[in-house]
Amino acid sequence: MIIGLGHLEATRLGTTLVAAFLASLVECVEALTVVLAVGSVRGWRSVLAGAAAALALLAAMVGVLGPALARIPLHRLALVPFHVVQLVAGGLILLFGLRWLRKAILRSAGLVPLHDERAAFAKEQEIIAKKAAAMSEANASAIARWDKFAFSAAFNVTMLEGAEVVFIVLAFGAGGAGLLLPASLGAVAALLVVAGLGLALHRPLARVPENTLKFLVGVLLSAFGTFWVGEGARLAWPVPASASRDLAILCLIAAYLALAVCLVPICRLQARVVAEEN
Amino acid sequence: MRWVKSIAREVIGLFVDDGSFAAAILVWLVLAVVVLPRVAPAAHWSGPALFAGLALILIESALRFSRRRTKKRRPARS
Repeated sequence: MIIGLGHLEATRLGTTLVAAFLASLVECVEALTVVLAVGSVRGWRSVLAGAAAALALLAAMVGVLGPALARIPLHRLALVPFHVVQLVAGGLILLFGLRWLRKAILRSAGLVPLHDERAAFAKEQEIIAKKAAAMSEANASAIARWDKFAFSAAFNVTMLEGAEVVFIVLAFGAGGAGLLLPASLGAVAALLVVAGLGLALHRPLARVPENTLKFLVGVLLSAFGTFWVGEGARLAWPVPASASRDLAILCLIAAYLALAVCLVPICRLQARVVAEEN
Repeated sequence: MRWVKSIAREVIGLFVDDGSFAAAILVWLVLAVVVLPRVAPAAHWSGPALFAGLALILIESALRFSRRRTKKRRPARS
């Protein structure tokens, strides 16, 4: 029995780590595409400095916000009951996860174009090259020393995508005790994997199956969000009394996955029927 | 400070790209949180009912999008 509960607890921690890793991976890949595009046109020094500055700022934000959130005994102070925290975190995760899942379903059905990292890279390079061409000779000589444009472009995209990763980590971490650490580890692992691949390959990670990742992350986030809202609202789950309530998370993951997989051909079929009617 | 605005826009965009989809989720969550515990506090179906509502919203939104997108691509023959 104890072994069974421990296994489910490990499943919850493991699922949180994997979900945070996959969600962060998608965001990191998008940031890497822009950083590589800017670096290949404008040189690497300022670009890497911009990305590093943004990462340092994000790390400082997480360093301040993360422990502060973990230390505040909201439920003990009774200022904000823990079930309210679960409701809010669950609601936000649901909005985020269902949005990803819906988009992934529509992309799989061919109704929304797939995200193409190679095309995004080429487009970004074109934009930067146009801006570079518009610069004067004097500015061009300044590029060799300090490229403000490259720095700010890398800083902005790393901050934007990084802020999304921070939200993902905090949202997962807020769902239950001890979840902030696996969520953070998942995000850091994703950053290291993408940065390592970017440094080694020097080209966008076009082979990463982004839509499949979004599909899976959408399923995981939707299941977690539904569970936390249910826990916050004190709803009951049809799990055996001898089993942990966490078993409901696995059932929700299976249910959302089945629903999403079935919806893809249904959407495709409906599009065909509507096209024939017209 | 332009990046602060961009981040704010991106953060809102994390949750909302189709307004009616996000609104339907929020309305259902409020209903489920307020009504379900009162109607059936200990019933085993209250959790699955929360999921069922969200599943219906997802199905409706995906089908509505596919219908609308297809009509947009191929305007009706006169």
